[in-house]
Amino acid sequence: MLQFFPVFKREFLGYFRSPVAYVFLVVFLMAAVGLAFFLGRFFDAGQASLQSFFLFHPWLFLFLIPAVGMRLWSEEKRTGTIELLFTLPLTTLDAVIGKYLAAWAFLCTAIALTFPMALTVGYLGDPDWGIILASYLGSMLMAGSYLGICSLTSALTKNQVISFVLSVIGCLILVFLGWSIFSELLETYLPVFLADLLANFSFITHFEPFTKGIIDLSDVVFFLSLTGFTLFLNVVVLER
Amino acid sequence: MIEVQNLSKFYGAKPAVDGVSFHVRRGDILGFLGPNGAGKSTTMKMITGFLRPTSGTAKVGGVDVAVDPVAVKRQVGYLPESAPAYAEMTVVEFLEFVAESRGFRGADRAAPVQRALRLTHLESVRHQTIETLSKGYKQRVGFAQALLHDPAVLILDEPTDGLDPNQKNEVRALIKELAQEKAVILSTHILEEVEAICTRIILISEGRVVVDETPAEFQARQPGARLDEIFATLTRSDV
Ligand SMILES: Nc1ncnc2c1ncn2[C@@H]1O[C@H](COP(=O)(O)OP(=O)(O)O)[C@@H](O)[C@H]1O
Ligand SMILES: [Mg+2]
Repeated sequence: MLQFFPVFKREFLGYFRSPVAYVFLVVFLMAAVGLAFFLGRFFDAGQASLQSFFLFHPWLFLFLIPAVGMRLWSEEKRTGTIELLFTLPLTTLDAVIGKYLAAWAFLCTAIALTFPMALTVGYLGDPDWGIILASYLGSMLMAGSYLGICSLTSALTKNQVISFVLSVIGCLILVFLGWSIFSELLETYLPVFLADLLANFSFITHFEPFTKGIIDLSDVVFFLSLTGFTLFLNVVVLER
Repeated sequence: MIEVQNLSKFYGAKPAVDGVSFHVRRGDILGFLGPNGAGKSTTMKMITGFLRPTSGTAKVGGVDVAVDPVAVKRQVGYLPESAPAYAEMTVVEFLEFVAESRGFRGADRAAPVQRALRLTHLESVRHQTIETLSKGYKQRVGFAQALLHDPAVLILDEPTDGLDPNQKNEVRALIKELAQEKAVILSTHILEEVEAICTRIILISEGRVVVDETPAEFQARQPGARLDEIFATLTRSDV
């Protein structure tokens, strides 16, 4: 039991041993805030809410989470440390969970570091804190699902570039399915029920309720089961 | 301690290891000899549970690695070829990680890490990151993580590869010292190494065991000849 903990600890602290992690945090914060200000017209909206900030998260994650996830397994394969890891007395599941949770904790740290945005809104107006907390929860859950996909694709190759591209494609499909422009397009070619069914597999469809303050169990279950499924495949791929 | 029965590994239709069988007892140092690509590393990876065999079984301490890989991994110390390690960690951080993964938590961690550092003479670089170490020191870090939990079985893949002659002798002395209570397999393509420390020789070529005997018997095949001449005769591909 808790055999994944040493792996989790090593990986999580590992982020802060390399400058890449700090670069990532800076880029993440600048992109998250920048998108909200310039594209989302954060101030012009004249509302004390973070909705314009959270609406960009599915798009932001599309590139930034593969950047974190691409090295998870491909790096171990490239440097040969995977041989070391898998001759320690751990199961494949322990290793997968340990690495995944460490990367997720790192992403949650990055997301949590945007809290000055919330403080600013709270200083300038009177926001609904329930909505803001629900949005943070949704964002972290969604980040977890993106990361599950990236962890899986990085186990498929020792080349980080290929790993990155595969991750982006995988996540892109899951974002596009629910993007209004794309789903309207789908409806012109497919029966409506089928288009709706596909849209149901999208990150956006399941993330938007959170940004309105609605925590629906089915959305939480969607993100958790997608994560669980990708991690299960991850174990299968590594044990192949 | 180690029982290998008819072990095979195929990549596609091509065998990397083809029906290898042998035993290693406590106190034995088995020299695993053979030209590059003979299947030495592949055999070792199957015994340690890193690779799954296509057929055949490998048992360590009576436990079949296919049945309970974690139990086998607990008993084995393994130095993979070219001693991979997490380069951005310091020597101590790395060994502490290995200790924790092997079940030494909290205060129990210090003693095995200290012992491993002392046996491999790594005290002076303990706080240096592994990427800044020379080849010889990196190899020692690989050794340190392999013997940290004082395993009953040591599997060493080309432990002296890339070391200078002094370092080679040092590593050989260390293996000899450690081996008294253990079962050891080490692979090499250097014959003097086998002569210097091994109690048995297995020569493999193209995935098959060609010779399984003592160094003295091996030498007796062509009295007066140097070991490497015998080796060359036995592994010539045209015979
Ligand atoms: N992943 C792999 N895919 C295909 N062939 C492989 C793979 N790994 C090893 N081989 C082949 O298996 C044979 C044995 O390799 P190896 O066990 O590394 O030899 P040695 O350690 O004796 O030099 C070689 O011919 C090698 O090319
Ligand atoms: Mg080899």
